[in-house]
This record gives sequence, structure tokens and C-alpha cells, in this order.
Amino acid sequence: MKRREFAVAVAAFALLPEARATDDAMRAAIRAWAGRDPEAGTLKIEIAELVENGNAVPVRVVANEPVTGLALFTPQNPEPGVVQVAFGPDSPRPEFSTRMRLARSQRIFAVARAADGRCWQAGVDVIVTLAACVEP
Amino acid sequence: MATRAVITLPAAIKAGEPFEVRATVAHAMETGYRTGDDGARLPRDLVRRFECRLDGELVFSADLFAAVSANPYLAFWLRASKPGEISFTWRGDKGFEHRETRPLNFA
Repeated sequence: MKRREFAVAVAAFALLPEARATDDAMRAAIRAWAGRDPEAGTLKIEIAELVENGNAVPVRVVANEPVTGLALFTPQNPEPGVVQVAFGPDSPRPEFSTRMRLARSQRIFAVARAADGRCWQAGVDVIVTLAACVEP
Repeated sequence: MATRAVITLPAAIKAGEPFEVRATVAHAMETGYRTGDDGARLPRDLVRRFECRLDGELVFSADLFAAVSANPYLAFWLRASKPGEISFTWRGDKGFEHRETRPLNFA
């Protein structure tokens, strides 16, 4: 490769958008799901503070009152959405568990939506030592 | 290969008492951000939707995104007043659809 071609290739690579969501993208995703901006509130998010492998991180979200839906969002994964669940009318416990990917250390957010239209969010910091998505 | 799913239900359910349901389906949940051995991007292939029905009535559903780990796992709580059938459906990219049904065994 000639020197000029190499310089152009490097410049083109540098201009590629990095695959990472932002706080704004996350807020937009939360608004799209909840229909409005959530208030700060109480939600229990059970996740390890220090995660060794970001490919499968067990996480549990528990609301302290009946809700119609719960969702998880991340500001610094490639996309803000993780999972959005909806409960039936006779749901006995407003909680769910899953396993998620974490691309880097970040503050993840859980959002709850109640039948009367209220919605609130809570966040928790997670440190990841081996991130998801970097290895094939 | 046939899709495998693992579903855990209590051995005996009491009428009106909450019970936990755990469901996993075998699926790579390919994010579309990874590259293969030849350097080309692996195309996105995700499970997008999970639904759980009790005798046909939707009792729990989930929309999944790329940040859900491979072999997506979901655990949640339900309540039933009478014996019946519980069904699970996963739908995703490339026409992926898998359905499982289990009887609800009452104590």
C-alpha cells in the first residue's frame, strides 16, 4: 500500500462511528418505552458490582409495588435497550431475572411503568473487567 | 438441529400461590457487532420476543435486544387458580420461532 493510500485508510477508519450508545440515546429509548421521562425512584437491581465476564451477567430487577412493565437500559453498550418485560394483570410479583451483556463498566438503569401512568427509574454502577463484544 | 429449550416449573403448584417460572432457549443471540474469522461482520440474529401464556391468556412477555446473553434466560413469577397448560413462544430474526408447552401440576 502506498503511503498516501495508507493515510486515507487510517483517516477513514478513524471516522467510523464507534458502536456505543450514549446517555442521550438511552434517554430517548427510555422515553420511547415509557412514554415520558421517568422520575428518580426505588427499584432493586441485583447485579454483581464487579463482573469478570461481561458476556453473561445475571441480573434481577424487583419493583416494590405492582407495575405493568419493567425494562433495563445501558448507556454504553452499542444499543441502549436490553430487555423490556410486561406483566399480566394477575402477576403476583413485579420482578424478573435474566442474563445480560455488558460492553464496558457503566451505570445501568432499570425503569418501571405503573398502571396509573407513573414511571420511575433507578441505576446501579457495574465494573466489568472482561467486556462482551470485544472477542469473537 | 432442533432447537432446545429448558423450562423449570415447581413440581407441585398450590392454587393461588405464586410460583417461579424459568425459561431458557438455545440461541446464539448474534449481535451483529462481531466479526467472524474472515473479518466480515456476522449478521445479526436475535430472539426478539418472548411470550408466556396460561391457557391461552398472555401472562408475561418480553422484548429482547442484542444486550441479552446467548441462550436467553428469563425468570418470573405467576399465579394460577386451577390446573391448566402453560405455553412459551420465542420469536426472532430469520423466521426463528420455538414453542413449548407444559402442564401445570397442582399439589
